[in-house]
Amino acid sequence: MRRWALWLPLAFFAVVLAVVGYGLVRPPDEPLRSHLVGQRLPAFSLPAALPGRPTVTGAATGEPRLINIFASWCVPCIAEAPQLLQLEAAGARIDAIAIRDTPADIARFLDRHGDPFAAIGRDDASKVQLALGSAGVPETFVVDGNGVIRHQHLGNITEEDVPVLLAELEKAR
Amino acid sequence: MIAEAGLAALWLAAALCALQLALVAIGMKEGRGDLIAAVRPVAMVQGLLAAASFLILIWLFVRSDMSVELVVANSHSAKPLMYRIAGAWGNHEGSMLMWVTVLAIAGACIAAFERQLTSAMHAATMGAQAFIGLGFYAFLLFASNPFARLSPPAPEGLGLNPLLQDPGLAFHPPTLYIGYVGLSIAFSFAVGALVTGEVGPKFARAMRPWVLIAWIFLTIGITAGSYWAYYELGWGGWWFWDPVENASLMPWLAATALLHSVSVLATRDGLRAWTLMLAVVAFSMSMVGTFLVRSGILTSVHAFAVDPTRGTFILVLLALYIGGALALYGSRVAHVRSGAPFDPVSREGALVANNLLLSVILAIVLIGTLYPLIADGLFSEQLSVGPPYFNATAGPIALLLVAIMAAGPLLRWRSDRLGALGARLRFAVIAGATMALALVILGAEAGVMPFIGLVLAAGVAVASLAPLWGRNLKRTPLFTWGMVIAHLGIAVSLAGMSANAAFTKETLAAARFGDVLEVGPFRVKFMGVRPVAGPNWSALEAELRAVRGGAPMRLLPQARFFASPPTNTNEAAIRTLWDGQLYAVMGARDDDRWQIRLWWKPFVTLIWLGGALIALGGLLSLVGRWRRERAAALRESWL
Repeated sequence: MRRWALWLPLAFFAVVLAVVGYGLVRPPDEPLRSHLVGQRLPAFSLPAALPGRPTVTGAATGEPRLINIFASWCVPCIAEAPQLLQLEAAGARIDAIAIRDTPADIARFLDRHGDPFAAIGRDDASKVQLALGSAGVPETFVVDGNGVIRHQHLGNITEEDVPVLLAELEKAR
Repeated sequence: MIAEAGLAALWLAAALCALQLALVAIGMKEGRGDLIAAVRPVAMVQGLLAAASFLILIWLFVRSDMSVELVVANSHSAKPLMYRIAGAWGNHEGSMLMWVTVLAIAGACIAAFERQLTSAMHAATMGAQAFIGLGFYAFLLFASNPFARLSPPAPEGLGLNPLLQDPGLAFHPPTLYIGYVGLSIAFSFAVGALVTGEVGPKFARAMRPWVLIAWIFLTIGITAGSYWAYYELGWGGWWFWDPVENASLMPWLAATALLHSVSVLATRDGLRAWTLMLAVVAFSMSMVGTFLVRSGILTSVHAFAVDPTRGTFILVLLALYIGGALALYGSRVAHVRSGAPFDPVSREGALVANNLLLSVILAIVLIGTLYPLIADGLFSEQLSVGPPYFNATAGPIALLLVAIMAAGPLLRWRSDRLGALGARLRFAVIAGATMALALVILGAEAGVMPFIGLVLAAGVAVASLAPLWGRNLKRTPLFTWGMVIAHLGIAVSLAGMSANAAFTKETLAAARFGDVLEVGPFRVKFMGVRPVAGPNWSALEAELRAVRGGAPMRLLPQARFFASPPTNTNEAAIRTLWDGQLYAVMGARDDDRWQIRLWWKPFVTLIWLGGALIALGGLLSLVGRWRRERAAALRESWL
């Protein structure tokens, strides 16, 4: 074996170290906005995610609401579950779009981590998600009573984000 | 006073660890045999002190000493005794103390029992072990003191995560930690070998039992952890590719590869450099896993509190230890003579393939686990890599690995012919073909991977027994039995995974009392719901009556509420039958209807039965090797 090849493991480890080191120091999320912020929701309707529960649509609801994009297989979605419950307790209406999921998995997820949702739709091919300009899960949109997207939150909702989202809902009123 | 005694014991152990390192460094540099001779007793006392410190922490939890911050934050006097004990390691500081304790005891064990190594090699190994220990002692004492006092004392504790209140989980972390940290011995051996240049069959035979012990514990820990997640989390799944699960899988993969390459080194004096590399990688994976879990840089359902300071501390330790060992490898391994040559078609060849495939799976898991960070750093994208990635990438390679495993033990060392191998595998091929035919005839709607999995499992089960054919079973060495049983365990586990993936039936319903649900071959009647109470929880319990011909079975899933801290959990009701498990979970209430979820999981128990067989195989192998070494030592002393 060549001499330099013996140093490859160290080089590979240095890369791994750089990645995890970056994980420690990475800056907080920057607000990357969907180009639809400030515009009306695209028209959509999705099949209901759970039997007997209402689904979510793009129609104007007359009052501001949050649209949470989540999936039962997404770990950060578990992390934001308590904050969604807080938001619901504070009076926010939260609609949800479950991405590439099954009813059984969704039900299990809600059972396990709480169910703050007024309505849940199933987006099996991520079509509506992409139409909304969302690139990943979880994401949360603030939509006003006229169906206009007022704010987009990327990634999981942390404790600090709760007052921010409540303020955005208030602004959208 | 007790807490202070614990802290004092920990400081003393750390001081002895520093002394151990100094003794080795000075002793080896100046060739002072008297200093080297002192290393063994120092290491043993260090192990005892660390163990004393850990026992004191457990004692504080048992007594519910609410003047200790850690007890207040993680325990409650109303907890049953077993969970007060487990509470000692169900948190960051306590689990790090357990880590250090296992490390110190591992060092003490090498000091007490390892007699095969030359004195220079032994000293270098003890030095490496002390060097690792020192960093983790510093981490404990400066960044994670488990004995910190709370003034004034709290009237009552805050409790322990109720998910952790489970007999399986109480003893899961210790098992896993013995595995993780036990691998430090292999790491220290490799460092010692790189320093002294002594690599060969003798070195391999000395290292093998230590690797086996750690590997057995890891296997048990992973198997038990998987079963715990299966019945406690109430998702019906048995593996979630969660970062914490991956953190335990990666060292296991590396240790499995190491076990096989070390046997090439022991038997044929081949794969010298590669064995050293794997020994370094295995414990490195333990440390990386710990870092990922402790630092909170990856969101996980298992993660303890996020703390960047601690994360940075462990990162520095990782850079120092893993980077140091790999740098040593890069600069020194060229001095290790290359081992004996062999043909591609040979036992060695199969073991090399095994090693490469295990390493590929390891890389896939590592990259998948770190990918959320890579994506965030390179593409500013936040995402979570889930089971679809791991199953699609690691799955086929694992199947290929299992196929090679069938052939490996039937090949001769050094060189063999493919035709001869085919003849030895004929019964295995017949078994696999029979299974394939049976699946097709029965019209089983298995997916591609589960189908291949079932066919392979049947073939490999037969092939794994093939090394016993034509042998006098009584005179077959115990370690051969160990290999056969461990390989059989892989086949059994694969059968369980494939059957579960292919044939699981699931029913989700909002049911009223008296409703009858169907799942697989069962009709399940929802009889009613009643309140029940436990020592520190209350619950609603559903009564289900399941029938599949014959007498009905009662299933009692619960929705539990724990008061401190306030948490809801689901206790699944699981009925184990000879051909699978019926699994019931009770969900939320909606007016007069209750969410009931039922699964029929054919042969799912084989997954963990296989895991147990693998561990048992390891144990037999360990005892068998130990007996043989002892017999050899006795013969030598006679001569």
